Amino acid sequence: MTSEPAHMNPARSFQGLILTLQRYWAEQGCVILQPYDMEMGAGTFHPATTLRALGPKPWRAAYVQPSRRPKDGRYGENPNRLQHYYQFQVILKPNPPDIQQLYVKSLEAIGIDTSVHDIRFVEDDWESPTLGAWGLGWECWCDGMEVSQFTYFQQVAGFECSPVAGELTYGLERLAMYLQGVESIYDLNFNGLEGDRKVTYAQVFQQAEQEYSRHNFEYADTEMLFRHFRDAEAACRKYLADGEPKSGANDQRHLMALPAYDQCIKASHMFNLLDARGVISVTERQSYILRVRELAKACGAAWLKTEGGGVAA
Amino acid sequence: MPDLLLELFSEEIPARMQRRAAEDLKKLVTDALVERGFVYEGAKAFATPRRLSLHIAGLPVKGQDVREERKGPRVGAPEAAVQGFLKGAGLASLDQAKIESDPKKGEFYVAVIEKPGRTTPDVLAEILPQIVKNFPWPKSMRWGAASKEPGSLRWVRPLQSIVCTFGPETEDPEVVRFEVDGIASGDVTYGHRFLAPGAFRVKRFDDYAPALERAKVVLEADRRKDIILHDARDLAFAQGLELVEDEGLLEEVAGLVEWPVVLMGSFDEAFLDIPPEVIRTTIRANQKCFVLRDPKTGNLANRFLLTSNLAATDGGRTIVGGNERVVRARLSDAKFFWETDQKVKLEDRLEKLKSIVFHEKLGTQYERVERIAALARELAPIVGADPALAERAARLAKADLVTEMVGEFPELQGLMGRYYATLQGEHPSVAAAIEEHYKPLGPSDRVPTDPVSVAVALADKIDTLVGFWAIDEKPTGSKDPYALRRAALGVIRLVLENDLRLPLIQLLAKPFARNASDALFEEFLKVRELVDAIDHSAYSSVIKHPTVPELTAIFQQRQLQNAETLAHIMYSRGLDLLSFFADRLKVYLRDQGARHDLIDAVFALEGQDDLLMVVRRVEALGRFLDTEDGANLLAGYRRAANILRIEEKKDGRSYDEAPDLGIVNAQGQIEEKGLVVALDSARREASDAVANEDFEGAMRALSRLRQPVDAFFDKVTVNAEDSALRENRLRLLNALRDATRAVADFSRIEG
Repeated sequence: MTSEPAHMNPARSFQGLILTLQRYWAEQGCVILQPYDMEMGAGTFHPATTLRALGPKPWRAAYVQPSRRPKDGRYGENPNRLQHYYQFQVILKPNPPDIQQLYVKSLEAIGIDTSVHDIRFVEDDWESPTLGAWGLGWECWCDGMEVSQFTYFQQVAGFECSPVAGELTYGLERLAMYLQGVESIYDLNFNGLEGDRKVTYAQVFQQAEQEYSRHNFEYADTEMLFRHFRDAEAACRKYLADGEPKSGANDQRHLMALPAYDQCIKASHMFNLLDARGVISVTERQSYILRVRELAKACGAAWLKTEGGGVAA
Repeated sequence: MPDLLLELFSEEIPARMQRRAAEDLKKLVTDALVERGFVYEGAKAFATPRRLSLHIAGLPVKGQDVREERKGPRVGAPEAAVQGFLKGAGLASLDQAKIESDPKKGEFYVAVIEKPGRTTPDVLAEILPQIVKNFPWPKSMRWGAASKEPGSLRWVRPLQSIVCTFGPETEDPEVVRFEVDGIASGDVTYGHRFLAPGAFRVKRFDDYAPALERAKVVLEADRRKDIILHDARDLAFAQGLELVEDEGLLEEVAGLVEWPVVLMGSFDEAFLDIPPEVIRTTIRANQKCFVLRDPKTGNLANRFLLTSNLAATDGGRTIVGGNERVVRARLSDAKFFWETDQKVKLEDRLEKLKSIVFHEKLGTQYERVERIAALARELAPIVGADPALAERAARLAKADLVTEMVGEFPELQGLMGRYYATLQGEHPSVAAAIEEHYKPLGPSDRVPTDPVSVAVALADKIDTLVGFWAIDEKPTGSKDPYALRRAALGVIRLVLENDLRLPLIQLLAKPFARNASDALFEEFLKVRELVDAIDHSAYSSVIKHPTVPELTAIFQQRQLQNAETLAHIMYSRGLDLLSFFADRLKVYLRDQGARHDLIDAVFALEGQDDLLMVVRRVEALGRFLDTEDGANLLAGYRRAANILRIEEKKDGRSYDEAPDLGIVNAQGQIEEKGLVVALDSARREASDAVANEDFEGAMRALSRLRQPVDAFFDKVTVNAEDSALRENRLRLLNALRDATRAVADFSRIEG
């Protein structure tokens, strides 16, 4: 760290935190991906996690993923809640035996000194009904604050993970708030500079929070969203069907698992928007979740018939 | 005698599973040893967040030698039989077998098989891998590269290493070698994750526990608890405060640390405006911290105690700072909830209950509230409450479910409703009932006494029970997902401990009609006035349940379709629920020490649906049987019943007609006449007393039968030569048997 300029210090700079984590996990052999170019509720939805967790091939990746949770919008007024925030996602498949140690070292890399900070692994099992996925793990505490989720994936898209992947999710804003010692997300120093050159989180995102909260809660065109949901669902089914290997053909690989899965991601986000608009009743809610899960499962099944999913070329 | 040391070292085990896992480990290993003939002097198991350990003291070095004699074929048997015998017994030739003889079989071969006892390490190496592989974790997982293979090891979290040593105190113990899914046992373990992460070797339990202690691991959960509790009390005392003790939390935090270090943090006094229960719940649920109070005022202090897993180099300053940040953020949220919740009145929240499904077939919370409010209003006069207050309380009772606070902390339901009700100026009884209507939550929970609370608590539980009975979702075996047994016990305790008169049949009929969300009960809703009609049918102290034909007639009269089906269902489900109540009451009374046979004797009577009267009767019966008159009457009853049973069986008929008084007068002996007169007056007095709910009086009336009964059996021969006379005497005995039924079914009484 000494070679780096002070404004790159993760304790002073939000982007410094991101860059430090990227560098650390790159050193552990992860491919550093850029955010997936679609709206999604969590980093887990990224095909680099959901699909790559399936099948026998080893895989290590790390990336930042903007997470869109339309319901969590607070018009830029709540210091702790956003409808758009960053997750830092790491996936290691199979999980190495020292994955916990690697995680602890990543905390040290961003300046958390384990001789004065109390790091704890507290039981917290993870389940995503929408993805048909579950795993066992912990929430990772630093001085009583949850700073990461740590999960050993057991099942994704309804399929057993074989081998199991370890997934780490860092809540970047919360972690940065602690490191920077600020009480509001909006007070985070984004670029680590001071004076005129300092850029805060508020300058980057507060307007967006206000506008998207309006959109998500008041103006999003629900008729269009319902239509988009149906379209995405139909498109997903269509691409899955079109990509199916022809019976009797030599090549038995699926040809369009990824484009189909994009439509599953889209359907899930449409559902989240509709949910925020309050137009989905309690009973309907369950059936929408089920519809997305069916798509996710079908995409998982298709992925397992691709090269990435372990089928020989 | 040598000792076994076993340690299963893993990634962090959920706190709630540790204690049980240690016990399971001990039981599985010791059972497996005992099953193989190994006895031991003592065993103790331990758990920390990262390890399960087991120490078994005083095991033998090897198992018992076994000598077995196996009988073989007779001498001269066919070659095939001989070969089979040799192979089975592991002998090379017949020279190695003995020849014995017995008179029946003649001479035959006997193989003597001597098996030296196996060494204990061998046996351990055989049983331990199986125990590890099949360990009964509530939830288990696969991990790592090995998880690619089917059937790979499952453990609660990744298992990292295994220590297993065996040997006497005087020598270096040996490592019991085995392997589980690529993890080889050894004698190396690790200390505290941060304070002493290095590996070190251990020999046996005697040096293992101190070595761990040096490596900042307190092995025993109870010691960790003691340390936390004492340090917490001391820290509190030093500030003039008192720890608010919390055994559940203590157990949990002891499972989250290997090296407990208690630290004190504080929060802004302004947060003390929030109700103390909220502060405590927030801090406990999210932070797993203890709260403190001022012993002088009993009020919460603006301090909390956290249990860290680290002896930090800065004395814990950073840790306290971090925890304070989180507590502050949480309390800010709570304060925000507390303040925003107050802006909407409870009654204005009811609309929102329409979107909460209580149960798919039982409608929304809103519909449920409507039913409970109606029922609470009806119950009010019975329990001595103001009907308007009871209805109001019931209507508001579930409104806090849609407050922000209860959304965040469901365990504060009821309590928050009470706070908000008080703040919006509700009658104190209404506010109290909102909190108390969930009570009693279990056999040891307090039973509300305010009549308004009682009315709403009863209405809530009865609606639940009737609802789930109506849709046929009853508890079975150990499965009771809707806590219906608890609800029934709640009704029982509410009734008995408040001395309430509550004819259950009457009470259950209407809610059955009201639980109208499925098609069938839509029908019932339509016949609500009919149910009212049934309610008003004449009854004395014991209401008579309408029979199926009666119900059918009423339903048909109203030209309802499927009247008979409706009647059948309503009748059977109502009766079924009533018998469920009877069972719960028996359990309750038995727990209170009442004789189960007396309970059965009372329940065997028809129409026992008034809980309080059942209990009074059981009590009176118990006291009566303790008197000499009672005991003698019971003896007389039994004598009569025995004779009747024998004679009725012999004759293949019963003698339940009334005795012919003409025959008694003309041919009867004086004692016979005396019994007729006594029976007549006793029966009349007893039934009058029962009608007045004077069970003591009824028993007293029956006790006057004792002398005439004794005299009758003394002087009168039942089986007279004259068959008419005999029949009449049997009828007289039957009349005696009947008379006792005024108070109980004496045939159920034991002893």
